[in-house]
Amino acid sequence: MTTAVIEPIVTIRSRTVVMPSINIDTDQLVPARFLTTTTKEGLGKALFADWRYDADGKPQPDFILNRPEAVGCRVLVAGRNIGCGSSREHAPWALVDYGFQAVISTEIADIFRNNSLKNGLLPVVVDETTHGWLLSNPGAEVEIDLASATLRIPGRAAVSFSIDPFARYCLMNGVDELGFLLSKDAAIKAYEAKRVA
Amino acid sequence: MSAPKTMFEKVWTAHEVVPETADTPAVIFIDLHLTHEVTTPQAFSLLRERRLRLRRPDLTLATMDHATPTRTEQVFGGAPITIDSAAKQIRQLEVNCAEFGVELLGLQDARRGIVHIIGPELGVTQPGKTIVCGDSHTSTHGAFGALAFGIGTTEVGHVLATQCLLQKKPKTFAIEVDGRLAAGVTPKDLILAIIGKVGVSGGTGHVFEYRGAAIRAMSMDERMTVCNMSIEAGARAGMIAPDETTYAYLADTPRAPQGAAWEAALARWRSLPSDPDATFDKTVHIDAATLEPMVTYGTNPGMVVAVSGHVPDRKGDPVFDAAMKYMGLNPGEPIGNAPVNVVFVGSCTNGRLSDLRAAARVLRGHKVASGVHMLVVPGSQEVKRLAEAEGLHEVFRAAGAEWRESGCSMCLGMNGDTVGRGQYSVSTSNRNFEGRQGVGARTLLASPETAAASAIRGRVTDPRELLS
Repeated sequence: MTTAVIEPIVTIRSRTVVMPSINIDTDQLVPARFLTTTTKEGLGKALFADWRYDADGKPQPDFILNRPEAVGCRVLVAGRNIGCGSSREHAPWALVDYGFQAVISTEIADIFRNNSLKNGLLPVVVDETTHGWLLSNPGAEVEIDLASATLRIPGRAAVSFSIDPFARYCLMNGVDELGFLLSKDAAIKAYEAKRVA
Repeated sequence: MSAPKTMFEKVWTAHEVVPETADTPAVIFIDLHLTHEVTTPQAFSLLRERRLRLRRPDLTLATMDHATPTRTEQVFGGAPITIDSAAKQIRQLEVNCAEFGVELLGLQDARRGIVHIIGPELGVTQPGKTIVCGDSHTSTHGAFGALAFGIGTTEVGHVLATQCLLQKKPKTFAIEVDGRLAAGVTPKDLILAIIGKVGVSGGTGHVFEYRGAAIRAMSMDERMTVCNMSIEAGARAGMIAPDETTYAYLADTPRAPQGAAWEAALARWRSLPSDPDATFDKTVHIDAATLEPMVTYGTNPGMVVAVSGHVPDRKGDPVFDAAMKYMGLNPGEPIGNAPVNVVFVGSCTNGRLSDLRAAARVLRGHKVASGVHMLVVPGSQEVKRLAEAEGLHEVFRAAGAEWRESGCSMCLGMNGDTVGRGQYSVSTSNRNFEGRQGVGARTLLASPETAAASAIRGRVTDPRELLS
């Protein structure tokens, strides 16, 4: 369809970081004062800034991302309804820049989910039982297989999750939607020709 | 006869360039792309990287609002913008618009303002249009019967390059508001009550249609307040069927169709409302007559109580417990006990002329309580001009409030207007998330009337106590 522009994702294997907070909004993911940037790079430092650092900018020792067990983890397990609020794509940019490749929850807000898919960050919605187990077992080693859309947890039955087939194609091939849209130029021209201004 | 359709389905179908298939989302044409300084720089960079042009400059409009200062000396007086990165972002938008041929209503333009205020004001927001912007409160424009929703920056790039978006068709959700709002109860109180009822994720995957007698009785400003906060219940878009109120509003706007084009547009617009037998995937009913002035007590817009009521007691619920800790409030106490340090009247939710009039009506002849900092920020330069023409700024200043240039201001802490750590802010904006108005700021969302009454008393106050 077009050339790869983002790192293709096939399988993600990682220990999990667990943040059980419900309704983690995008103002928590990246506070607004960090949005006056004109690039995507470097936002990992702003990720969860108000939870991660104290008033003097020192790391909060109890916050999970500041703890040794979080180092190298690629999968974030979050409480219900992560990503609600603002449309800022800086939220997935920050998660990806920090090193996350997937976010697991029982509900993921619409705009955040769309933005994540466009940046190589896989949103995975699971059932409450699986979610409950993941919340109670931080640091669990999980495997997310995109081709079969399954989440594997050692010692448990594989869990399938739903993902839009087009988004999956794009993620697995590292292509973005823009190439696909540009390939529809003739259809767009035809629509424009008959459109009432 | 074809099957009855909802308004959403009519607008959606009319914009399908390529319909959705099992393997691919629909390609949807966008009639109006509103852009601002914060969520576009990376999208313009994408165009440069791919050597692409702006496809439809005629359907693209830019302004600056989010990171833009509201202090007159910084907007008009040549004083440096306090935040260097914000100043850089503003300059970058100027460069991008010049390079790609986007019409920009820039810093000193008399038509500048919050993007969701100026679209309707100019008349570019029209029934039946698809409207997008890199901002979640784009839902505001649905008040005109447009399908309007927020998008991310990658999608901003898609629209710049192709005037289209790839979208999966959302579901429909009818919010039936029966009866009439009582005197002193506002559309802001209604939408807060709706979010409280539906929940902050209850609308996920859906487009709201607000219906019923209470909605039909509202002015366009009031309908915009309701649609604006659809996203706070998880719905990307909220729509209201156009009617004579809508057409009368648009007839007075500078960019509405003229002459024969107006008549043709009217004929199209009159066919938009949902067919009588159309069905929705979900429906809730709200009785407007039972509502009171509302205020939030927690850290999401669904945590809402009557201003005359009490903070609920849900100890053991982790969201509630975390909110109590952050807000410094106690379960079961009257919300009227909450102190007030800051009052903000403005934002895309409540920054229109009628909102400023409502706040002024309460404030007139009163003073802001000692120790309370009140900021009134018009939603656009046009709102500012009209408010000043009728002397509203004098009412605010006489009461001890500050009067500023237009912008998003204190709704979100990124332009120099912030609430201090631990301070309580009664705000007419749309989000009470932790840190939204500044690090550690404690936000209570309310109507302009409640905000003004709370400024006078220095505690959360039912405006009906001052209006009777």
